[in-house]
Amino acid sequence: MSTEIKTIFSPALAARFDRLVALYPLRRSALIPMLLYAQDEVGYLSDAVVSEVAARIEITELDVRNVISYYSLLHTKPAGKYHVQVCTNISCMLRGGNELLAHCKQRLGIGNKETTPDKLFSLEEVECIGACSWAPAVQVNYDFHENLTAESMDRVLEDYRSKK
Amino acid sequence: MATLVSHPDEVKVLSFRFGKGATSIDKYIELDGYKAVRKAIELGPEGIIAEMKASNLRGRGGAGFPTGMKWSFVPKQSAKPKYVLVNGDESEPGTCKDRLIFEQDPHSVIEGVIIAGLAIGSKMGFIYLRGEYRYLLKITEKAIDDAYAKGFLGKGIFGSNIDFDIISHTGAGAYEVGEESALMESLEGKRGIPRIRPPFPAVVGLYGGPTVINNAETLATVPHIFRIGGAEYAKIGTERNGGTRLFALSGDVAKPGVYELPMGYNLKKMIYEVGGGIPNGRSLKAVVPGGSSCPALLPSEIDIGMDFDQVAKAGSMLGSGGVVVVDDTVCMVEFALRVMKFYAHESCGWCIPCREGTDWLKKTLTRFHSGGGVAKDIDNIRYLAQNMLGRTFCPLGDAAAMPTIAFVDKFRKEFEDHLDGKPCPYATLPEAALAGV
Repeated sequence: MSTEIKTIFSPALAARFDRLVALYPLRRSALIPMLLYAQDEVGYLSDAVVSEVAARIEITELDVRNVISYYSLLHTKPAGKYHVQVCTNISCMLRGGNELLAHCKQRLGIGNKETTPDKLFSLEEVECIGACSWAPAVQVNYDFHENLTAESMDRVLEDYRSKK
Repeated sequence: MATLVSHPDEVKVLSFRFGKGATSIDKYIELDGYKAVRKAIELGPEGIIAEMKASNLRGRGGAGFPTGMKWSFVPKQSAKPKYVLVNGDESEPGTCKDRLIFEQDPHSVIEGVIIAGLAIGSKMGFIYLRGEYRYLLKITEKAIDDAYAKGFLGKGIFGSNIDFDIISHTGAGAYEVGEESALMESLEGKRGIPRIRPPFPAVVGLYGGPTVINNAETLATVPHIFRIGGAEYAKIGTERNGGTRLFALSGDVAKPGVYELPMGYNLKKMIYEVGGGIPNGRSLKAVVPGGSSCPALLPSEIDIGMDFDQVAKAGSMLGSGGVVVVDDTVCMVEFALRVMKFYAHESCGWCIPCREGTDWLKKTLTRFHSGGGVAKDIDNIRYLAQNMLGRTFCPLGDAAAMPTIAFVDKFRKEFEDHLDGKPCPYATLPEAALAGV
């Protein structure tokens, strides 16, 4: 497939996609992992990503968009380089998740589902991320940060900021 | 890496390799790994299912269906390939146990999948992990690769004439996909919308083939049953509730964590002894015994054994083993609202009672909590929830309705305290923040 399609992905990712579509009993099963991995590389699911993924899976772009709109991790707009996801579901709420979200809003100067002007951080209030016994918890991209306080949250944000 | 905890009352069957570096296949083998599957190959399908039935293992995802029986429903002859599907889409609020299994002992899941495959005559298994668990996907992918390299997966596993493949798979954020039929839809690359049943997955499942779908903890337990013996495993638990399970203690408790305790362990003891009680000199107001969909229990209702039957008798559910402890400073209307906000967010929209019911309840509870409630709202909330029960393709509607009914019935006074036109009398957040809760 990659030999026929002029790919927008890195050679490594394109090769991975070639393997993925052939892996399952049904080609379409590769769709959701492909979208997520494409998003990891490109930053969001741009028109070009949707178009190429549709071609690789051999379904319509509409079919792809229909799936994207269902899954909360899939984004069609760019997020910050570091996407800060604060859980406020019950176990986190009981241990200060709402206060932690308020703190992040104030510290980053942005609201829920917004991005800082320098595109470094974006913020999202999320549902349970499976860190209930280590609440309150935050995921930055795919990394878990747990048992957080306002102070330790500041250190987490600072670490990412200095990484750039 | 999640923090591991320990308590003397724990019986470490499933978690005995935790903290011992068992993500390495050689370490796993050193700790008696991949012995169970060899035994299972010798036993053959009927022997495996007999051993599973003897163990009294019941599904750890929430419904508590006997695993051996579930496997026995798969037809022996099938024109289409059969599949084993691991539900690692752990998303029930309060639940964080499968995460530890994949993080600490991924080979136990792989070994469990192979044994399930042997039992039903399948040649392919899938491990579906929720999208948020990317680091676990990497651990699992490596474990699968290592198992292939040893000849434990692929052609002629363990020197037999049996072939078995495992594919790991990631979701992309959806609670609904934890429901078995929506899980199959998602794995087929579609929106996670439930299928009508019958036919059940054991007959027509993934790609139209007979499919066994088990929770990750259930399958991770399977090798241990063959390691210690089904009857021995059953003895650890209570009647019809074999063995141990991972309980995730969270919320207002001094020592939250994931503890492996025998089925039937006393809930009160779990909170006050294992969990160290309620911190900051506060007292207990409520316990959600098995994840957010389970009706809350009052302090007077928690002197019960934590198995499927005893918790059901107490009017709730053992669910996924997520025990959420709520202290006396928490507003139960706010708690009910947070639970409903979750279900409204996660409803896939396929069934109208769930799609409209969760949204309507969220809006009513939001208005009610922020001071705009009237007396008849209280009965309306209950009535709305009551009318969602049993009217949807999948249990998400029930999962939203059942706890809501319990909140109204058990904490009616707290609802009434919200009726003087002012925002929440229990509020710890500033007034302005309440409307957005």
